Amino acid sequence: MKQRLQKLVRTWGPLLAIALVAVVLLVVAPAVLSPFRLNNLGKYICWAIAGVGIGLAWGRGGMLVMGQGVFFGLGGYAMAMHLKLEAAMATGGPDAVPDFMVLYGDGTMPGWWEPFRSGAFTLFAIIAVPAVVAAILGYAIFKRRVKGAYFAILTQALAVAFATLLIATIKQTGGFNGLNQFTLFFGYNLYDPVNKKMIYSIASVVLVVCLVIVWQLYRSRFGELLVATRDAEERVRFLGHDPANIKLVAFVVAAVMASIGGALFTPITGIISPSDVDATASIFLIAGVALGGRALLLGPALGAIAVGFGQTTLSERFPDQWTYFLGLLFIVVILCFPSGLGNAWSQLTSRFRKAEVA
Amino acid sequence: MDAFTTPLLAGTATGALLLIAALGLALTFGQMGVINMAHGEFLMAGAYTTFLTQQVVTNTDLSILVALPAAFLVAGALGLLLEVAIISWMYRRPLDTLLVTVGVSLVLQQLAKDVFGAQGDPVQTPGWLDGFIDVFGYHWPYRQMFTILLAVAALVGLGLLLKYTSYGRQIRATVQNRDLAETMGVSTRAVDRVTFFVGSGLAGVGGVAVSLISGTNPNLGTTYIISAFLVVVAGGLGQLKGTVIAAFVVGIVTAFFTDWFSSSMAQVFTFALVVIFLQLRPQGLFTVQTRGLA
Repeated sequence: MKQRLQKLVRTWGPLLAIALVAVVLLVVAPAVLSPFRLNNLGKYICWAIAGVGIGLAWGRGGMLVMGQGVFFGLGGYAMAMHLKLEAAMATGGPDAVPDFMVLYGDGTMPGWWEPFRSGAFTLFAIIAVPAVVAAILGYAIFKRRVKGAYFAILTQALAVAFATLLIATIKQTGGFNGLNQFTLFFGYNLYDPVNKKMIYSIASVVLVVCLVIVWQLYRSRFGELLVATRDAEERVRFLGHDPANIKLVAFVVAAVMASIGGALFTPITGIISPSDVDATASIFLIAGVALGGRALLLGPALGAIAVGFGQTTLSERFPDQWTYFLGLLFIVVILCFPSGLGNAWSQLTSRFRKAEVA
Repeated sequence: MDAFTTPLLAGTATGALLLIAALGLALTFGQMGVINMAHGEFLMAGAYTTFLTQQVVTNTDLSILVALPAAFLVAGALGLLLEVAIISWMYRRPLDTLLVTVGVSLVLQQLAKDVFGAQGDPVQTPGWLDGFIDVFGYHWPYRQMFTILLAVAALVGLGLLLKYTSYGRQIRATVQNRDLAETMGVSTRAVDRVTFFVGSGLAGVGGVAVSLISGTNPNLGTTYIISAFLVVVAGGLGQLKGTVIAAFVVGIVTAFFTDWFSSSMAQVFTFALVVIFLQLRPQGLFTVQTRGLA
C-alpha cells in the first residue's frame, strides 16, 4: 500500500505541483495583485519561461548557456518589429514605416522588415528563427565536441556580439534605445487594462505549458539520455548514441523557450532594448535558475520569478546596491547550494545523515 | 600603404594587450581548470592603481615606473584573496567557478563605481611616452609600442619563471599530471596559489597599459575579457605559444575588420572566425596530448 502510494506520488506529484503553480498564477495572483504588480509578475514569468529552457540545457544537459539573451532577444525583437509595424499601419496605412526609421534614417524600411507586417509570419519567426540559429550554432559546436567552459565562453561571446550589433544598427533596430511605443497587440489596444491582463494570462499559460513539456521530457528516454550525457558523455558515446544530437535537441528547445519568453516580454514591458538581451541580461537569467535549482522541475521557473521580484524590490529601496546583491547571490548560492535553494533542505539533511552514520 | 600599416600596427598593440590579459587566464585555466570571469576586473584594478600612483607620485615620468610593480602586487593580492577565499573550496567543480567569479566580477565593478565614481578618471601620459614615430605615414604612438614591449617582457618573464625556477618546474609538473606531482612531493595547493598570484598580477600590469590608452573606467574589464577568453579558446591550453599566436591574430584581424567595416561588425566577424576555426581545430591551436577521457 505504502509502496503504491509512493509510486503514485512520484508519477503524479510533479504534475500536481505544476497545477498548483498554474492556480497561483492564473487565479490567485490576478485577484490579489494590483494591475501594476501583476504586470511586473508577467515580466518575471517571461524570464521564467526562458529559465525553464536553461534548466533543461544546463541543469539536465550540463551545457552552461551564457548567451540565452540572444534567443530571448530574437523573439523579443521579432515581436517588437510586428508591434511597431502594427502601430505604424494603424495610423499611416498599409505601407507605413516605423517612426524611428523616419527619425534616424531616410524613411525607407529594410526588406527583411516587410514580412513582419503579417502576424502569422511573426509567430512563425518567433519559433523558427531561434531554432535555426541554435541548430546551426549547436551543430557546429557539439559535433566538434567543444564543451564545458569553451561552450560557455562561446555563448557569452555571442551575446556580446549580438548586443553590439543591435546598438550599431540604429536605423534598422532602434539601436541603444531599442524598440518601444507600441499601441496594438494583434489588434487589441495595449493600454486597455483588460488586454494587459489577457497578455499576462497568456504568459502564465505558456509557462505552465513549458513546465509540462519539460516534465514530459524529463520522464522520457530522451531525458534519461540527456542526464547520462551530462554525467558521462564518453560512456554514452561508447553505448552507441551520439551525444551531439542529444545536446543539440536540448539546446534548440531551450533557445525556442527563451525566444517565446522574449516575445511575451515585449508587449508586457512595452520595450525591448539591447540591455534586455546582452551578456549581463543573460547572466541575470542564469541567476534565477541557479537560485531555484538548475536540475529541478520547478526550480528554474520559481527561481527566475524570485530573482525578478528581488530585483524590483531591492532596486526600489536601494537603487545602487542591487548589483551587490546579484553578485553575492551568485557567490553564496553556487558556493554553498550548488543544486539550488529548492534542494537546500535535502542537501542539508543528507549531510546530517552522513554525519550520523559516520 | 596607410590602409595596411594603420590596422596592422594598431592591431599588434591590441594583440599585445590581449596577450597580457590572456596569459593569466591561460595559466589558471590550463593548470586548475578555473575560468576566472573576474580576470577583467584585475585589469581594472591595475588601471586604478596607475591612477592612484599618479595622485601620490606627481612626477608622471616616474609614476608609471612605480605603478607597474604596484599594479602587479595589487592585482596579484586580489587574485590570491579570490583563490583562498572562494576558489579553493570548489576545485571539484570547475564549471561552477565560472559563475562564482561572475558574481565576484559584478561586486568588484560596483565597488569601483562606488569608490571612484561611474565616470572614470583620466591618466596622464608620461613625457617619454608622449610622441610617435612615422611608419609609412602612420603616426605610431609610443604608448602602443610600450604596450608591445610590456607584453614581450611579461612573456619572457613568465617563460623564464616556468623554465628555470623550481616553482616553474612545479607548475609544469602540476599542469601535466596533478596527482603524480602530488606524490612526488609537490604541494599542488601552494603551486595553485602562486599561479593565481602571478596570473592575476600580469592582468594588473596589463591594466597599466590600458589606462595609458583609455584612462580608467569601472567597466574597463568587460571590454577586454571576452576577447581574451576567445584568445585562450583559440590558442589551446597548456602551452604559451598558442596563446601568443592567437592573441596577435585576433588583435590584428579585429583591427582590419574595424578598418574595413565598423567596430561592431568586427566583433561579430571575429566571433564567427573563432567558431569556424574551432571546426578545424576543436582543441585550439596547440594542446598537450593526453590519454584522458575528459
